[in-house]
Amino acid sequence: MIPQAVDYKRAGSVSEAISLLAENPDSKILAGGHSLIPAMKLRLNSPSLLIDIARIPELRYIEVRDGGVAIGAASTHHDIISNADVQSRYGVMIEAGELIGDTQVRNVGTLGGSIAHADPSADWPAALIALNASIKVEGPNGARELSASEFFLGFFYTALEEGEIVTEVVLPAPAAGSRSVYRKFMQPASRFAIVGCAASVTIDGGTITDATVAFTGVSADGAFLDEAVGAALVGKSASLETIEAAANAAAEGVELNEDHYASKTYRKHLAKVYAKRALVGACGL
Amino acid sequence: MGNGGLIIMSNKFIGKSVKRVEDKRFITGKGRYTDDINLPGMTHAYILRSPYAHARIKSIDTSAAAAMQGVVTIMTGDEVGHYGVPCGWQVNFKNGDIMKEPPHPLLVKDKVRHVGDAVAMVVAESREIAQDAAEAIVVDYEVLPAITDASKAVEAGAPLVHDDVPNNICFDWEIGNPKAEVDEAMASAAHVTTLEFVNQRVSPNAMEPRSYIGHYDGVYDKYTLYTSTQNPHLIRLLMCAFVLGLPEHKVRVVGPDVGGGFGSKIYHYTEEALVTLAAKKTGRPVKWTETRSEAFLTDAHGRDHVTKAEMGFDGDGKIVGLRIKTFANLGAYLSTFSTAVPTYLHGTLLQGLYTTPKIHLDMTCVFTNTTAVDAYRGAGRPEATYLLERLLDLSALEMGVNPTELRLKNFIPAFDGVTQPGYQTNVALQYDSGNYHGVLHRGLEMLGYEDFRKAQKEAAASGKLLGVGFSTYIEACGIAPSAVVGSLGARAGLYEVGQVRVQPTGKVSVFTGAHSHGQGHETTFAQVVADRLGIPMEDVDIIHGDSDTVAFGMGTYGSRSLAVGGSAIMKSLDKIIEKGAKIAAHKLECSPDDIEFVDGKFTVKGTDKSLGFGDIALTAYVPHVYPANLEPGLDFSSFYDPTNFTYPFGCHIAVVEVDKETGATKVKRFIAVDDVGNVINPMIVDGQIHGGLAQGIGQALLEGVEFDGNGQIINGSYMDYAMPRADDLPMFELDRQVTPCPHNPLGVKGAGEAGCIGSTPAVVNAVIDALWSAGHQVKDIRMPLTSERVWSAMQS
Amino acid sequence: MPKITVTVNGTQRTHDVEGRLLLVHYLRDVLGLTGTHVGCDTSSCGACTIHLDGHAVKSCSMLAAQADGATITTIEGLASGDELHPLQVGFKEEHGLQCGFCTPGMIMCAADLLKRNPNPTEQEIREGLEGNICRCTGYHNIVRAVQHAAVAP
Repeated sequence: MIPQAVDYKRAGSVSEAISLLAENPDSKILAGGHSLIPAMKLRLNSPSLLIDIARIPELRYIEVRDGGVAIGAASTHHDIISNADVQSRYGVMIEAGELIGDTQVRNVGTLGGSIAHADPSADWPAALIALNASIKVEGPNGARELSASEFFLGFFYTALEEGEIVTEVVLPAPAAGSRSVYRKFMQPASRFAIVGCAASVTIDGGTITDATVAFTGVSADGAFLDEAVGAALVGKSASLETIEAAANAAAEGVELNEDHYASKTYRKHLAKVYAKRALVGACGL
Repeated sequence: MGNGGLIIMSNKFIGKSVKRVEDKRFITGKGRYTDDINLPGMTHAYILRSPYAHARIKSIDTSAAAAMQGVVTIMTGDEVGHYGVPCGWQVNFKNGDIMKEPPHPLLVKDKVRHVGDAVAMVVAESREIAQDAAEAIVVDYEVLPAITDASKAVEAGAPLVHDDVPNNICFDWEIGNPKAEVDEAMASAAHVTTLEFVNQRVSPNAMEPRSYIGHYDGVYDKYTLYTSTQNPHLIRLLMCAFVLGLPEHKVRVVGPDVGGGFGSKIYHYTEEALVTLAAKKTGRPVKWTETRSEAFLTDAHGRDHVTKAEMGFDGDGKIVGLRIKTFANLGAYLSTFSTAVPTYLHGTLLQGLYTTPKIHLDMTCVFTNTTAVDAYRGAGRPEATYLLERLLDLSALEMGVNPTELRLKNFIPAFDGVTQPGYQTNVALQYDSGNYHGVLHRGLEMLGYEDFRKAQKEAAASGKLLGVGFSTYIEACGIAPSAVVGSLGARAGLYEVGQVRVQPTGKVSVFTGAHSHGQGHETTFAQVVADRLGIPMEDVDIIHGDSDTVAFGMGTYGSRSLAVGGSAIMKSLDKIIEKGAKIAAHKLECSPDDIEFVDGKFTVKGTDKSLGFGDIALTAYVPHVYPANLEPGLDFSSFYDPTNFTYPFGCHIAVVEVDKETGATKVKRFIAVDDVGNVINPMIVDGQIHGGLAQGIGQALLEGVEFDGNGQIINGSYMDYAMPRADDLPMFELDRQVTPCPHNPLGVKGAGEAGCIGSTPAVVNAVIDALWSAGHQVKDIRMPLTSERVWSAMQS
Repeated sequence: MPKITVTVNGTQRTHDVEGRLLLVHYLRDVLGLTGTHVGCDTSSCGACTIHLDGHAVKSCSMLAAQADGATITTIEGLASGDELHPLQVGFKEEHGLQCGFCTPGMIMCAADLLKRNPNPTEQEIREGLEGNICRCTGYHNIVRAVQHAAVAP
């Protein structure tokens, strides 16, 4: 398995990467490459130029900002899950990150690469949506910032415009009394999510004051915020009864994914089970 | 021979977990697999394969590809389509007609019959150019409807894989008692358990993809083929005599380090002949290494039976009859041993461990538009064991009895095969020795059956589903007596060759026709030789895998290496010692009858007069003081042809936990008590069992090649085809019973396949048990037991 | 054609490489380090695992060009002279290998695991090796091999 012939350039800066991208219409950004290179080996994807941004120093950092955490797009999955500032704030990032691929993949794969690729079964998108992260992108027309929900638009489809690259993800400061978790039902071969459920719940005095629940793997349209589940939680007491009722509302009205490991019916069922499990975790029950 | 023990030699090494001598090169990255070999001037081949399961080739245009820089040659069916690979085992129809044996061309020119069927081969200066050029070949196909299910392929109107094979039936076949007698027994039964199931197709997935290098030396008019094979001599014989018509003495076949086989590297594959032809044509070495995607399409698959089985019991729970109808999928072409697998390696095992008086198997072997099916770890015996052991546990559930008591009631009584005769089955085989109650009792001790049932109830109360499943299996290995397999249609003998060359300094080179691709022969065989000769293991070198250095060989499969190959070495060792005794007697001035050979010394009985093994070796090569009429040298070769198969058996017990909400199944415990006869290296035998268990558990829970309606494999990569990973399995709980094989000098039976044969039904039975414990009285869940299938079973 | 300079097993190497050349093919075909294997097409099996700047990576899913400037260790460079790495010893002592094909990748991945977690539990070892497929051992003795290395001095 060998890719088709391709040129390779390593960008030294974000602006150089953006220029190269603009000058070479058939080029692709290469970060960790753990989605792109296998696809190129299978000749499903054959760009003429790869622009490597993995070693751009300004893209690889994790820093506390306004109580939250800003993560450079070229940070690897391993960088993120081993970072103390992320660990102390976002359970969902650790739990999701630890379940991405395997050790070797986590050592090379990047946050920016994963979200730009927007595999409908990838783990990060659900986590970012549940945390209401914002995603910074930069292109020939400058930089802009989108919420995770705005960024993920569908099946391998994002709000990235032609010539833009992801530069940063900002996780907002967690609210007092909040807890976030990720629960995943894995496809046994690829270990991508058949259902991945990210939940972030804020509890004040036994009452749920805020709840965001997002899924990956469930929908053919990729990761999504399940507003019905969140709505069924807010204002209620953090009890098993509340959770079960809310979980039961999960994955309704979405275009369900299906494959030989999980039919639509089964996926929907799993979404409800995993919503419950995630919420039990997020509510600390 | 046939003492069944190991009293013949010193036991410094035998029976000990000697660390493997081959490990050093593997742990340091110095193993030498075929793809690691690069020859000067080497070119690279890429094979263009059919994207369709069934299509007529209207035209092939290679002109653009041929014009690309770096392309050395392109071959198509027009050039080599008249060459084809043979099937090594002839099975006849019930009516005596010979099986249908359509050609399997090296490259197809008229009609492709499965996805991955080979259409053209490009040879180029680099792997990259070869693939780029292959993509520039234009093939015009007329796509035809495809059939993948064996039971449907026989129906009227099904697409014909081979235009001249009616109903896609290669042959039909039966074994056992007359059908009418079995029907009568079943009619009289107090209870009949009926199970309709699929033993699904699996992909072997040896971790090393197949790789071949063809080389032709015009100076010596000599061909060399490096191949990732389990049996280099067999490949040479088949390729020379049945495919290319090359002079066998001008062809060297080398099987260097091979990264696992599990059956899939037994067969003579078309690409072996293609690189050989291309090397002659181009005058340069040609390497071809498959990709994993190609491996899914072209490495012979295993299993794929569609079965209806019925087991009848009398009022006391004694089995009175077994009646089976099976459709076996052979794929699009006959692979080397594919016809033997669902017949002589399957039907003959349907006695199991039980005294079942009436058995009948009706087998139909069918062509489909799929990858060829052949032996995969266990080959026919796992399918027989699955059928029997599923029926036993299901019958116990249906009749409300303890599954282990049901087995104990029906087991064949213990027999040693020495003072008691072997057990004659109703399906042709005669078991050599067995103590079936013993392994089940030991397994039950390890499990704690009553404790488990208690724990199962307690778990249910806290919302967890636990289940236990049993499998008490027997298999036939140590393949095989040539006359027997010849009478059953084998086109080859199944003896083995072992040569022992004692060097003048007393160092020993052993040449074996067995081939090690993970089994550790370099260690185990050396243990045997060192003990027999009373010398250090470091003084023994085991050489295998090269037709120019090893006289001949039939290779490694069917758990035969030690039982057959080891026995051949033992024969040569006997000859060495016999000759050594003559030399010693001459030097010590006594009769050879007065010499005994103990601990590496030839001693005059009852005296302290002796000569060391090294002294005798040197004398044999420097024969100054030497018996008259005795040839110099100390080098013997032997062929060993076994008198019977060997029959390992055992008891496998799985404990599983099923997630009620999702159907996800986890193996919590796996107990295996195996009796593989005498054991030379317990560490290696345990390792063989572990690996077999993983593959058997894999088939139960994870593995299965799935086709869509067009004959495309929908899970043909590791992103989709699930196999056990480290976190899918528990630590295994093993124990062993030893019932020596009575008919080979080492008393060994074979351990390579046992784990894979016994384990699959134990796991499925455990899931079924878990579901019944929760009131879901399902008979079967189709393997692999994916979470969805288990969950669905709980919704009914 | 990109020019790359890498330090492999302590030796600096410079080559012009095709953009599409995979790192594993660079190691195997250009440098002759055939201990690193290719077992699949999809970065699933781990047979190609090496260390890149101290971390285990799958060299079949990286271009050689991406490694420019990096320090690489392959299985051939794991031992210190004649002294085997504790994992190499563990695999031999505990019969953690049979056909040996997955072994280099398995050892390289386990080395990364032990560096991060010198005393892993059985479950942590199993999860740590999830990216490496072995078809021979059923992982039982691989787990024990890693445990053997973990307790080694």
